[in-house]
Amino acid sequence: MLEDLFKVVTARFNNDGSEKSAETSSEKLFKCPRCSESCSPEEFTGNKWVCPSCGYHSRISARERLSITVDKDSFREYDKDMSSLNPIDFPDYEAKISGLKSRTGLNDAIITGECTIKGEKCIIGVMDSHFMMASMGSVVGEKVTRAFEAAAEKKLPLVLFTASGGARMQEGLVSLMQMAKTSGAAAKLSQAGGLYITVLTDPTTGGVTASFASLGDIIIAEPKVLVGFAGRRVIEGTIKQRLPEDFQSAEFTLENGFADMIVERKNLRRTISHLIRLHRPYKEVDIIV
Amino acid sequence: MSEEMNVTGAEDITDAITPYERLEIIRNKNRPTIRDYLPLIFNDFFELHGDRLYGDDGAILGGIGRLGNIPVTVIAEVKGRDIFENKASNFAMPHPEGYRKALRLARQAEKFNRPVICFIDTPGAFCGIAAEKRGQGEAIARNLAEFMVLKTPVISVVLGEGGSGGALALGVCDELAMLENSIYSVISPRGFASILWKDASKEKEACNIMRITAEDAVNLGIAEQIIPEPEGGAHNDPEMTAENISKFLVKTLNSKMKKDIDVLLNERYNKFRKIGVFSETSENI
Ligand SMILES: [Zn+2]
Repeated sequence: MLEDLFKVVTARFNNDGSEKSAETSSEKLFKCPRCSESCSPEEFTGNKWVCPSCGYHSRISARERLSITVDKDSFREYDKDMSSLNPIDFPDYEAKISGLKSRTGLNDAIITGECTIKGEKCIIGVMDSHFMMASMGSVVGEKVTRAFEAAAEKKLPLVLFTASGGARMQEGLVSLMQMAKTSGAAAKLSQAGGLYITVLTDPTTGGVTASFASLGDIIIAEPKVLVGFAGRRVIEGTIKQRLPEDFQSAEFTLENGFADMIVERKNLRRTISHLIRLHRPYKEVDIIV
Repeated sequence: MSEEMNVTGAEDITDAITPYERLEIIRNKNRPTIRDYLPLIFNDFFELHGDRLYGDDGAILGGIGRLGNIPVTVIAEVKGRDIFENKASNFAMPHPEGYRKALRLARQAEKFNRPVICFIDTPGAFCGIAAEKRGQGEAIARNLAEFMVLKTPVISVVLGEGGSGGALALGVCDELAMLENSIYSVISPRGFASILWKDASKEKEACNIMRITAEDAVNLGIAEQIIPEPEGGAHNDPEMTAENISKFLVKTLNSKMKKDIDVLLNERYNKFRKIGVFSETSENI
């Protein structure tokens, strides 16, 4: 199911039906899986990992996301060393985690902290699909919950970039309960009057869609990303037919009333900072001056 | 109410039944459903329909009635006892409107200071086009968030199958009990096997490593109580099972209803807040 997530989105962007990965490292060039056009890695990176020809928004790491989102040198990471244990003694789970740690340089599938975005102070969390498809286990659940709690305590806005294949089945029921824990923390922040902005990135599915990703005061999505609850294969298996290409896209989500806006990556910093500014406490003095 | 309850912690009721055998017990076609238990547990029950937004989902039943002399709101996932009932209840797989009906009735309960009793019995939330269009993810998420801050006691009981987010949507509560043979899992054993081993038929092996039994849930700090079933399973004596459920509910409600609501809400939040297993020391990678 998780590996399907890669295929679905590649297919959605793919006009000629061929299976090509976004990073064809051997040739050094970026070849777009949607339009098949190539460009230099410098141009691709400079364009925030968006295809200059067709606007395909490729998946990026949490570090890359932070680099194009937060003000320079403003990021202070929270809970950097938090790392998964093995709550249900799942076979080979520790080995899998430690392999991913060295491959990705991450301790789990999310980085959280505080930063400024165009001068606006906020708490930020970025999920990373390169770490076990950003599935939510204890670490993601705890760090997201602490981010909500910090936002309430420090009276700062919270911005979460979501991506996930869903709950982390290697942590069994403990992972399922992270949905309740994070959603409860979102409810508490909301009661405290805190602003929570969700940015849905590719792919946001399963237990993360069915918890904190759907609870933003304002929900933004990047263009054409996959957003949904159930896996496409599961639905196709149930209904015994092929689903349309745009099913569970950002556009589908917007059309059905579950997102506020679709914003291109290059405009996210400006959009988020403006939205935060609109939520500053009203002061008459701001108007007069 | 003060005599010995027939309700026990995890350690007392495990003989040699394997998790897979429990799965077979809860799949028995004669296993009682909420429709069997309702008249045995509640009096003056009135079913209430609809989410006031889109429709009425037969997979989730809701209503008001009395437990002893306590007026309560009941919300339950509905397994069918035959093909007709299963058609009407979509095999207990709710659509978003089912979860939204549940939330509407929970808020109504809050307004009238009635406790909420949820019965979980589902393979999972329905996976289909309509469910996605109407926001299955949002519907479940909203319930998780809103039940966490609902200002009235909430008790949940897993009757048979507690399948993933579709079960959890009725599972944010002050106390969770599971029937002795019921299971609660992040993904169905079949789904687990097909992802892990690319072979859905290895369901039995999946059951034995997934930690899905009532005893597992208690040990993981997720369920508080195990409600005993008669020898061989609930279908062998639905009346006795209903009586055990009633005893648990009356005892638990009495204790939860005595609490100051802010204390209760803090305890509810912390019950979920503390679930998670991780380390925070930077160690050798
Ligand atoms: Zn392109």
